[in-house]
Amino acid sequence: MQLIGVIISLLAAGFLALALGQVSAKAARYSALAGLVVATVIFFPVLMLAITDANSVASTNSVWLAQASIDWIPRFGIHWLFAADGIAVVLIALTLVLGYISLLSAWNEITERCGLFYFCLLFTLAGVVGVFSALDLFLFFVFWEVMLIPMFLIIVIWGHENRYYAALKFFIYTQASSLLMLLAMLVLVHMHWQQTGMISFSWFDLLETDTSGSLGFWLMLGFFVAFVVKLPGVPVHNWLPDAHTQAPTPGSILLAGILLKTGAYGLLRFIFPLFPEAAASFTPIAMILGVISVLYAAKLAFAQNDIKRLIAYASISHMGFVTLGIFAWNMVSLQGTLVQMVAHGLSSAGLFAIAGLLQQRLHTRALDQMGGLWPQIPRLSALMMFFAIAALGLPGLGNFVGEFMVLLGTFQANPLAAILAALGMVLAPVYALIILQKGFFGEATADSKTSSDDLVSHEILMLAILVVGLIVLGFWPGLMTGLSERGMLDLMQLGIATGAGG
Amino acid sequence: MDILWLIPTLPLLGFTILVLSSGRMPREKARVVGIGSIALSFMTTLYIATQYYAAASHGLDHGAGFTVSLWPWIVAGDLNLNFSLYLDGLSLSMLFVITGVGTLIHIYASGYMWDDPDYTRFFTYMNLFVAAMLMLVLADNLVLMFLGWEGVGLCSFLLIGFWYKDPENGFAARKAFVVTRAGDTAFAIGLFLLFRELGSLEIQEILHRATDEWEVGANMPTLIAILLLGGAVGKSAQLPLQTWLPDAMAGPTPVSALIHAATMVTAGVYLIARTHPVFLLSPTAMTLVASVGLITLLIAGFTALNQWDIKRVLAYSTMSQIGYMFLALGVEAWDSSIFHLMTHALFKALLFLTAGSIILALHHEQDIRKMGGLRKQLPVPFWCFLIGSACLIALPPTSGFWSKEPILLAAWEVDPVFWAGAVLGAFLTAIYTTRLMILVFFYTPEGGPPETHEPKGWQLHPPLIILAALSLVAGAFHLPAADALPHAHEHHPPLWVEVTGILLPLVGIFIGYQVFLKEKWQGLRLANQQALRDFLAKGWGFDWLYDALLVKPFLTLARLNRNDLVDLVPKGVVVASTQCYYFFSRGQNGQLRFYVATMAAAAIMIISLALFT
Amino acid sequence: MTDAVIIDHAFILAAILFCLGLTGVLVRRNLVFVLISLEVMLNAAGLAFIAAGSAWGQADGQIMFLAVVTLGAAEVAVGLGLTLLLFRRFNSIDIDQLNKLKG
Repeated sequence: MQLIGVIISLLAAGFLALALGQVSAKAARYSALAGLVVATVIFFPVLMLAITDANSVASTNSVWLAQASIDWIPRFGIHWLFAADGIAVVLIALTLVLGYISLLSAWNEITERCGLFYFCLLFTLAGVVGVFSALDLFLFFVFWEVMLIPMFLIIVIWGHENRYYAALKFFIYTQASSLLMLLAMLVLVHMHWQQTGMISFSWFDLLETDTSGSLGFWLMLGFFVAFVVKLPGVPVHNWLPDAHTQAPTPGSILLAGILLKTGAYGLLRFIFPLFPEAAASFTPIAMILGVISVLYAAKLAFAQNDIKRLIAYASISHMGFVTLGIFAWNMVSLQGTLVQMVAHGLSSAGLFAIAGLLQQRLHTRALDQMGGLWPQIPRLSALMMFFAIAALGLPGLGNFVGEFMVLLGTFQANPLAAILAALGMVLAPVYALIILQKGFFGEATADSKTSSDDLVSHEILMLAILVVGLIVLGFWPGLMTGLSERGMLDLMQLGIATGAGG
Repeated sequence: MDILWLIPTLPLLGFTILVLSSGRMPREKARVVGIGSIALSFMTTLYIATQYYAAASHGLDHGAGFTVSLWPWIVAGDLNLNFSLYLDGLSLSMLFVITGVGTLIHIYASGYMWDDPDYTRFFTYMNLFVAAMLMLVLADNLVLMFLGWEGVGLCSFLLIGFWYKDPENGFAARKAFVVTRAGDTAFAIGLFLLFRELGSLEIQEILHRATDEWEVGANMPTLIAILLLGGAVGKSAQLPLQTWLPDAMAGPTPVSALIHAATMVTAGVYLIARTHPVFLLSPTAMTLVASVGLITLLIAGFTALNQWDIKRVLAYSTMSQIGYMFLALGVEAWDSSIFHLMTHALFKALLFLTAGSIILALHHEQDIRKMGGLRKQLPVPFWCFLIGSACLIALPPTSGFWSKEPILLAAWEVDPVFWAGAVLGAFLTAIYTTRLMILVFFYTPEGGPPETHEPKGWQLHPPLIILAALSLVAGAFHLPAADALPHAHEHHPPLWVEVTGILLPLVGIFIGYQVFLKEKWQGLRLANQQALRDFLAKGWGFDWLYDALLVKPFLTLARLNRNDLVDLVPKGVVVASTQCYYFFSRGQNGQLRFYVATMAAAAIMIISLALFT
Repeated sequence: MTDAVIIDHAFILAAILFCLGLTGVLVRRNLVFVLISLEVMLNAAGLAFIAAGSAWGQADGQIMFLAVVTLGAAEVAVGLGLTLLLFRRFNSIDIDQLNKLKG
């Protein structure tokens, strides 16, 4: 019930912000903030439950917390079925935290049509929370669409110079791929109906479907494409650089921080548990795609001049590790994937937030027009350096733990893929340090001198949350992996026990 | 032992304070924090050392260490890593070097950097560096060591590029980071392999299991040892990843002394010494370690002879001395290697800091052709540099002699070729060091010696004098590292071998004296061989090679594919559908008669299809 | 003559009329002539219905013919009305010039 409460409070606050936006922008902002706070308060007991559950030695409880099921369309076996295991709890917590971050970054940046903006923001958040907690496939699909459309509006209305192109590309890519998923979903339900005589969209029921045939492989592929587009992985990544570049800062933060994670979450939750045999046979190809994502995107990131585009390609590179980790399908790599997801959420949110702050101050995103910013805005520069070295995977920060665990786990499954992906560790500093070199070191250029105020307090607060998060994740990843351990273990066994074994 | 965690935490605390003050702290206070944290860490080390020796005298197992577990770090599946520290003789020796030499260099730097506008930032980075380096040597598992390992790499990057206004410095910094990262990647892959084969990453656990599970000469330990060696050569600037070190001299001189002479560059030596049981299982890897050391020390020696920048000469000599340490590791002279590491840290820090004093006195002039005859003007640096040079040449009875001589003898035992190369290296060392001494202090250029000015600050000279004194007497130290490493064999080579090792450096000094001060035998200076001299001066063309093989293709690829070739697919879809639109919209021409005609034609077609098929 | 021959002839006549009408629609540019040609086509279809109805002895063909006649009347009424309006607006009833609906 709490999960429904979280979603409803976000949606309600969205409508409230829309209504109050007619009156004043400030009212819309505060109602959005209030909605987030209420959602956090409702979610807090679930988090506490998960923590106590993780710490009790021999817990006999189910791994599913806060399960709720209400009939929706009983004729087709569709329910409002919500539940969260440790994995979902971690990701919902990340969603809420990044919700605050994007709210803070929107605080000064968004001045036009505030009500509508916060409406879209909160609807996206609600959609993401729904995706992370829905266990009915139909419901999952509904939320998958719910988060897409407000995001599309955010890019189209508040985006930068080339926003229509970017938004359309984003929409077409995700929409086309999610239709594939819908199709695969329906066929899967049909298969289950033929095998058991029961129509159900529930994830728990569908787990029992025998999907070992060639049809199962095609269905798996349908899901895989939808999730990989969202992730995104090479070669269906093209929407991301455009969408990121054109989106307003809060949009980029949401997009990189949590929307990409829904793709990873989908891969984790659906591919292996529902299609163990098909996934196992698909593993080599998926790993090749993951390795290509890591290396190809890193190389492209280096060549970019637009700072947001660079960060976007870096994101693709990092998400390649997620693909690898999931398809290695062992405990180390899976937990590493989750750490990587959270760490990337925090670090890319930080990078995009800073890119947005730079654009506000300099009115450009082009690296070759920056230069010598360090002495003018030392705090912002230092924080940029922090996030850049987090992104390049420096030990002691969250991303390292994630990448290391993923590579370690992948090496057990496929040494060659791990070795190739490890080359990404050499390419990462090449692109991450170029930001610092071109933007912040060197002599100041004419463009970079114009207006330069260092960070103000709410910006510092926003970035400090991310900094602390990354450090905590780097030194005490156990705080997070402990939460997700039981859920992950269950999930992993689902992925191998029913079938031939990965 | 329960306060062992304080040793890395204190510098980290200093770092945190300096970061949070974000430049608002006056430099007097920043200095106190910066030096104080390291000094306190040094005192803690002393206290820990007394405890260690007390435990050792109470019958501690030979070579065993103490483990201090702090908290579980990365736990998942079979992976169970603790954030825990490990202290034995080897790490204790490293602690002495890092905190002791580190404190002296910090004191020196507080004077050297006084005029710099970014004084606080300098100490911020330096404190972080020391914390990371201490983490590296105290780590109980290889991942934690990797944390320190990458941490020092980051600080090295930050400090090389400290004067960020010059893009050249930024380039040097990035080069250092990326090149060492290449080695680090090999190290990381070694860790993955170790975990797969042995199921653990705790160092002590690995070493036990490795000796239990593998036989001498098996393939797996060789592979792992070579991967670890890859990490070590990156950090320690050995062949083939040595190219970053000379460029790293772009950083402030105290940085060169601390990071690129005394501590970080010796991390590779520490790594191999720490994991020596794995290396002992693989004769191939041992030979490789020795060969890498030998080739590097010779190449670096030849290059040092042809440098004109005082810091670059010292950089190449550092590379060459680390080559000796690798050679020592490769010939199983473990404790000699660590001993040479310690003495080298002392005298090379001394040389760098003295060079810093000279550079400061000459208003940041580093070209030795513009120095000369400084003996009278800078007496304290002169004497300190003289002592440092004597150690570097390994003249008896300085500490350099006591640490280098056993390496030569051990090399003779394993293979006379190693010995011959090492002695040749010692000979080269003598020549280039003499050249440096003469050009800086003795030889008077036309127009007399350059103007000098007295550097401000009392902090500059005391560290030099302390380091000079230590360099002279350090040969008598007994390092606790020997407890943690296998005992060296007794060496009894023929007398002429020992004598050659001592005499050849003297010959080198004589030749250097004749060539550079008396200006005789000018053929030896290769005055007419400009191409050869350039080749040597540029570090044997490695930079050019890597540039052509790796950097240029990468840049070309990046430039060609800036706009992402894959993007052509969606763009192609867009173009195709636009073209289709144009084609079909031509039919929509508003001509009623055209519409009727096409309708009729279509009707006829459909009917005839229905009738005739 | 047998019934079959009569019906064949009637259909051939209808086909010829239909083709004439279609040709008229295609080649004439005057809207009034186009409407007349359309009327010819409609009547050709009507003739076919009548012939088929009489051949099978069923009333359906005649009923359809009545519908066709009604349709034709309505069409002429609306068509002529539109023609008049178009002429007032554009001063022309040349359908090649009335091509504002092109894409």
